[in-house]
Amino acid sequence: MYEFDYHRPTSLDDAAGRLSDEDAKLVAGGMTLIPTLKLRLAKPTQLIDLGALPGLTGITEDGDSVVIGGMTRHADVNRSEVVKRVVPALAAMAGLIGDPAVRNRGTIGGSIANNDPAADYPAGVVALNATVRTNKREIAADDFFTGLFETALEPGEIVTAVRFPKVAMANYQKFRNPASRYAIVGVFVARTSAGVRVAVTGAGASVFRVPAMEAALTASFTADAIKDIAIPDDGLNSDIHASAEYRAHLVTVMARRAVAACG
Amino acid sequence: MADGSIGTPAIGASVRRREDYRFLTGQGTYTDDINRPGQVYAYILRSPHANARIGGIDTSAAASSPGVVAVFTGKDLEADGIGGLPCGWLINSKDGSPMAEPPHPVLVTDRVRHVGDHIAVVIAETLGQARDAAERIDIDYAVEPAVVDSVAALRPGAPLVWEQAPGNVCYDWHLGDSAAVETAIGKAARVVKLDLVNNRLVPNAMEPRAAIGEFNRATGEYTLYTTSQNPHVIRLLMGAFVLHIPEARLRVVAPDVGGGFGSKIYHYAEEAIVTWAAAKVRRPIKWTADRSESFMSDAHGRDHVTHVELALDADAKFLALKVSTLANMGAYLSTFSTCIPTYLYGTLLAGTYTTPAIYVETKAVFTNTVPVDAYRGAGRPEATFLLERIVDLAADELGIDPAELRRRNFIARDAFPYQTPVALQYDSGDYQTTLDMAMEAAGYAGFEARRREAAGRGKLRGIGIATYIEACGIAPSAVVGSLGARAGLFESAAVRVHPTGSVSILTGSHSHGQGHETTFAQLVSDHLGIPIDSIEIVHGDTAKIPYGMGTYGSRSLAVGGSAIIKAMDKVIAKGRKIAAHLLEAAEADIEFKDGEFTVAGTDRSKSLGEVALTAYVPHNFPHDELEPGLDETAFYDPKNFTFPSGAHIAEIEIDPDTGHLTVLNFTASDDFGRIVNPMIVAGQVHGGLAQGIGQALLEGCVYDTETGQLLTGSYNDYAMPRAADFPNFVLSTHVTLCTHNPLGVKGCGEAGAIGAPAAIANAIVDALKHLGVRHVEMPATPERLWRTIQEHQTRAAAD
Repeated sequence: MYEFDYHRPTSLDDAAGRLSDEDAKLVAGGMTLIPTLKLRLAKPTQLIDLGALPGLTGITEDGDSVVIGGMTRHADVNRSEVVKRVVPALAAMAGLIGDPAVRNRGTIGGSIANNDPAADYPAGVVALNATVRTNKREIAADDFFTGLFETALEPGEIVTAVRFPKVAMANYQKFRNPASRYAIVGVFVARTSAGVRVAVTGAGASVFRVPAMEAALTASFTADAIKDIAIPDDGLNSDIHASAEYRAHLVTVMARRAVAACG
Repeated sequence: MADGSIGTPAIGASVRRREDYRFLTGQGTYTDDINRPGQVYAYILRSPHANARIGGIDTSAAASSPGVVAVFTGKDLEADGIGGLPCGWLINSKDGSPMAEPPHPVLVTDRVRHVGDHIAVVIAETLGQARDAAERIDIDYAVEPAVVDSVAALRPGAPLVWEQAPGNVCYDWHLGDSAAVETAIGKAARVVKLDLVNNRLVPNAMEPRAAIGEFNRATGEYTLYTTSQNPHVIRLLMGAFVLHIPEARLRVVAPDVGGGFGSKIYHYAEEAIVTWAAAKVRRPIKWTADRSESFMSDAHGRDHVTHVELALDADAKFLALKVSTLANMGAYLSTFSTCIPTYLYGTLLAGTYTTPAIYVETKAVFTNTVPVDAYRGAGRPEATFLLERIVDLAADELGIDPAELRRRNFIARDAFPYQTPVALQYDSGDYQTTLDMAMEAAGYAGFEARRREAAGRGKLRGIGIATYIEACGIAPSAVVGSLGARAGLFESAAVRVHPTGSVSILTGSHSHGQGHETTFAQLVSDHLGIPIDSIEIVHGDTAKIPYGMGTYGSRSLAVGGSAIIKAMDKVIAKGRKIAAHLLEAAEADIEFKDGEFTVAGTDRSKSLGEVALTAYVPHNFPHDELEPGLDETAFYDPKNFTFPSGAHIAEIEIDPDTGHLTVLNFTASDDFGRIVNPMIVAGQVHGGLAQGIGQALLEGCVYDTETGQLLTGSYNDYAMPRAADFPNFVLSTHVTLCTHNPLGVKGCGEAGAIGAPAAIANAIVDALKHLGVRHVEMPATPERLWRTIQEHQTRAAAD
């Protein structure tokens, strides 16, 4: 890796202040950034480690929702009794991320701020209609993920927590890339009091919802209700592992299976 | 002996691996663990282009960068008269002309020919400084079109990789009786035809390659520490052909090596660079590949495109086999690349069958890709894959069970020695028994019920058989020499009995994970009757061991082990003379058993330790007849190859909605001859199966056909098999002894990788044949399977 200055601030304000340097980078779990640095694909001036900030780690129940600190590890979400009770599908999803080493280092804040098109969390955040908290404001899930590796986060803004409302029924189905084990397609289906949400990761530049499926499932929450809803492959990801056509097909299959698994 | 720590375990005992304590506790000594005083670091600047002319290389900015000790390019090597990397096997074309053998420079000068090609080396105080400086080397590239696959490389107007190889052809080789094959095809009741690809693989040893070069100015001696399967071969090739250093001034050490699978047989440019440059800068130089470099510089494996035809008579007996293969060589000829798709491939095409007429032709083709060479199995997996695929296809076309078709065509167990029409003479085997064992263990007879049950769940279930034969224990030197090998293929061993009776074995074989320190010690313990803890296995250092050829092609036990036996027999013969003198008996009356020399029919005896002490403290010693000491060396040149064989059966299930495949059951029944350590053999089979199933389902090296870029250059895109991809393997062994080596052993290292791809592919086609599917290429990824199902369903609907 190239040389950089390393900082480990102990206050959010200090961390945010250092982001005035536009070539500074935040590091949470480092599961994406560190390999990128080792391959010399990034050349930050400063690395700002969020690991010493107080109050960013942990899972709390807050009325009808669960609040997960931005620096909370995937393994902790996967094992949390609170998450398993309030949004069990999210705990299960966290257990499908990467491998044990990644799950013990990677964080929810790091994952959603990076917004890798094949990451799992964006599907969970959008389908569960979560709210992203930052040091400056709250951002609705639908507004947070804006494009390929792009989010609504502004310069100097740091994810502090994500709030997930209690959900009646939800399930995440992931079709893994055989090499990286990222999602070739992951579909998170949630049935909440506010309606049904279907969020897809892996297939497009960024997570997206499927309104036609949501409407059909609102009318009849059965796998059969969406079996003939095909999404267009136009604009979907295509690579040596999966063509756009195949990904479009998998979206319907995974959505159907997620609904069926909601039982 | 369960814990393997004491006692004299017999051949056949599952002694725990003595080397594993240091490996599993991080106390192994791998090349990168070695650090020499004053050591500096090398970084190799590699080509980002697949094919480009180099107008100029400006290293001035790099040379003045912080920490930089030196920057060298191909011109510096040229100025020193440094040679190119040699190819170890000459293949002649059909017309008798020798293969095109273009240069293989250590560092290129005027053109790069694949992504990863070596351009310059930066040597600096730290690796980071070397990398920083390498980014400041300015190269004037004129990028030209590249060609990466063998079919495209043969098309008129394809980019030419070498002027010395018109049409990109390295050689056009053949073997067998073309006229007999054509006659047989002409009168056959049926001819089954298939086109198939054997996918290119990246070896992916756990330990990346590394090398440390060192020059001692006081003595003029060079030392190379390197990740090699055969240190003496590297010393010979690098010393004699590249750097022109006599053996006596060049020591090559291959310490603990973390896997090779063939990829660490070859002499690589980095070894020559650090050794040569160490004398230039008068500092030891370390180079360690990162994983990205491994992908673009370790020799790859396989990469065949083949057309095959099998002719059968009315009774479904095989009449003839005709094979035509394009073999991708990559951009340069790696050390043993040329013999893989010829003599390690064409000679195996009889397989386990009595096919009387066989003809094979192989066209080797240059492309703008990493060189291709031996990878676990080396030619034999490719032969087995096409043979077992065409046999299954024939069974399907004739409506005969695949097991029955094989039974009708097997070489019978009483037909050995069996001369095939493609040069080899098999010494022993029992193919029907291993197939019967595998079918029994796999529940073959009850499969159709399981298929129906799966269909009820919407799943497509299939079962696939593959039998295989391989030629291991390479090889009689005179035979391979007549076929173009530029090396002998014997093995050496020295048995050094120390004064108190402990023993050092100096072997020319090299363990890079196989467990020789245990297996060889078992041989010695069994043969000399001494505890395993009294036996030391020394390998990997040319300063210690006699000249030997190293480990590949499952040869260590068959050839290296036989050399150890031969040397031990010399020790015993001399010991008998010494014991006869001490016991005042006739030599003919001395028996050696369980570590004791005994006068036959008496209780008078001397232990090996007592005899050894006498040999080194020769006060009462037959000086007229014998020299002091008990230290014997033997060289063993095998009389023939060994021929392990077996039957593998895969049972799989495909989810037609996604194409996802699950391996439900995998059974391997193998004949490896006598087995010294069943646990180590099982481990070898497990590893081979993992790589074989990996080839069938996951692994595939992909280049961009336009740009020549390596698209599978990391584990993000190159799918390595994981434990979760496999069921528990069901293994069994059946023994027919090798008839020509003293141990009766055949070798087990490659079998899994040879049988598994065809077994999996046959199971896939079995699951899909009701849709009209005849073949599915490897790797059978989910999308490939889904697409195959979709296309055939659409076709069926249209019909």
